[in-house]
Amino acid sequence: MLPGLLWLGILMVVPCAIILVTAFYERGIYGGVDWSVATFANFTRSAEWLYLSIFLDSARIAALAAFFALLIGYPAAYAITKSAPRHQTALLFLAMLPFWTNYLIRTYAWIVLLNPKGLVNNFLQSIGLIGTPFAILYNEFAVILGLVYNYVPFVILAIYSALQRLDPSYAEASRDLGATALTTFWRITLPLTAPGVAAGAVFVFVLSIGNFITPDLLGGGKFQMVGNLIYDQFLTARDWPFGSALSVILIAIMLLLLFVQAIAANWARGESRAHA
Amino acid sequence: MKTMKLISAAFVAGAAMLLAAGLASAAEKIVISNWDGYMPKDLAEKFKAETGIEVEIAVHATNEEIMGKVVASKGEGYDVLFVSSPFAEALDKLGIAAKLDHAKIPNLVNLYPEAAQLKHDPGNTFSIPYTWGTTGLCYRSDVVKTEPTSWNDLLKPADDLKGKTTMLSTDRWLMAAGELAMGMSVNETDQAKLDQVKAQLIETKKTLLAYDDTTFYSKLVSGEASLVQAWDGWCNYGIAEKPEIKYVIPKEGSDLWVDTMVLVEGSKNKDAAYKFLDYILKADTGKWVVENIMYKSPNKAGMEAIDKSMLEKYPNMAITPADLLKYEQLRDLGDGMKSFSKAVTEILSSK
Repeated sequence: MLPGLLWLGILMVVPCAIILVTAFYERGIYGGVDWSVATFANFTRSAEWLYLSIFLDSARIAALAAFFALLIGYPAAYAITKSAPRHQTALLFLAMLPFWTNYLIRTYAWIVLLNPKGLVNNFLQSIGLIGTPFAILYNEFAVILGLVYNYVPFVILAIYSALQRLDPSYAEASRDLGATALTTFWRITLPLTAPGVAAGAVFVFVLSIGNFITPDLLGGGKFQMVGNLIYDQFLTARDWPFGSALSVILIAIMLLLLFVQAIAANWARGESRAHA
Repeated sequence: MKTMKLISAAFVAGAAMLLAAGLASAAEKIVISNWDGYMPKDLAEKFKAETGIEVEIAVHATNEEIMGKVVASKGEGYDVLFVSSPFAEALDKLGIAAKLDHAKIPNLVNLYPEAAQLKHDPGNTFSIPYTWGTTGLCYRSDVVKTEPTSWNDLLKPADDLKGKTTMLSTDRWLMAAGELAMGMSVNETDQAKLDQVKAQLIETKKTLLAYDDTTFYSKLVSGEASLVQAWDGWCNYGIAEKPEIKYVIPKEGSDLWVDTMVLVEGSKNKDAAYKFLDYILKADTGKWVVENIMYKSPNKAGMEAIDKSMLEKYPNMAITPADLLKYEQLRDLGDGMKSFSKAVTEILSSK
């Protein structure tokens, strides 16, 4: 217990505390932190529409990424549970395989594929389907695609484990009582795997909203998400206090989401037990 | 509470260990921090063979990174830092950069006289220039219909260039393109003028393929882009791969950027650090920088030693130091940085 707490303390609590404290001071004239006066200025500045709109926009992009990741991840997880048990491990392994490659390299791979002179455009042009290259890189589509691609395995895992835990007799009973396969899915399978869906969605959302590499590379730097804003405060504007304040707000949003998700999961577990 | 005590105990132990490590290295050893690959790989080895002084090389990816490390600790643990001139200026004002004793750096004579006339530090009192150069337009001469001559060719691109241009996203250079186009100083902090530049750059953003600080020259080579904002040395990487790529300084001018070496005031091995600075100023290093990094060197002896064919192939190499000094240097913006950063955020987040 104690080594664990110590580990958590040094690697989590102390850095977060430093960020929290820094957020209440001002930038020194030449960067660094001016420790002379404590202030709320960084938080009031964060509430300006300029920064607020970046938060909202990031939330929108993260929500879209979570939505599409579910749309792809759920059928994939479902297919894996329905495949022969001896194939399931191999299929899950394949779903996780991209994680063996560095995030940056996976993202650069999309640039190679999507750029105006890239594989996709070259192929479409060579078969005469399009004349001028499709603008499929350096826009919001590419950013969301990158996020979905990178985080969909989390959704597959979360939903797969929810489907695994699902007692097949529920679905059988539903079919016996005359429900179609679709009705059974909508009224039995999906509601009972909702905690897995929520866990997957929150994962993708939380990871996406703080992401800065994908908007930078696939968005061509034209999209400023909260992650980029924070990165820029620390690494170009050298305004650590403002960057810290933005980080504190982002951490708060993430914690709140994870908290809500945990409560919902708990509640759902209680529900299903009550039904059983 | 008990955990808190343990944590603080761990900190004290860690600090003691760092202190002990500091004392043990008091022998002839210096620590320098530089960008990765910015000096010859065998430099430390050769320097040790000649002087017996060991060099530990730390790397930083950006100026901001090394500033973050040294500002809080007053440079503790470092002897020599490689930073761009606005940062050298800040280090001087913060008292972290040492006043240089020129008597200990005889090889300063290798530098062009102009190297001692830089606005951020006339007379090289606290910084020695390592490389210098310009920021301009890098383009595919075989693709563009008319050769670009003005910053406005990038900011208000012709129809055939729309979606085929990139700009640097590093705040100072992004704004500099607009400031130069409008005849302003590259160190402008006046809000009304910044707003004017901001409005133009928001318009320009709609015509850009992307912002790109690292791969713009390969976008030119592949044909994804036709015209990009580029540092001269980086445009050379493109020219080396594709001779149709050309570099031009727009008629409104360029900024003059200078990367410098700074001696840390708190250095415990100043004499060894001086020997290192002197060693770096040998013609060999200057020549290496030009031939490998393809930046211009303020080292006259080094520039004279390079293969003369480089002057033709890479036009930035032929710019004389006197011409270079006509351009305005980027300076630390001090208190003006906040409103400046905000303008940059507004551009980068605009739709």
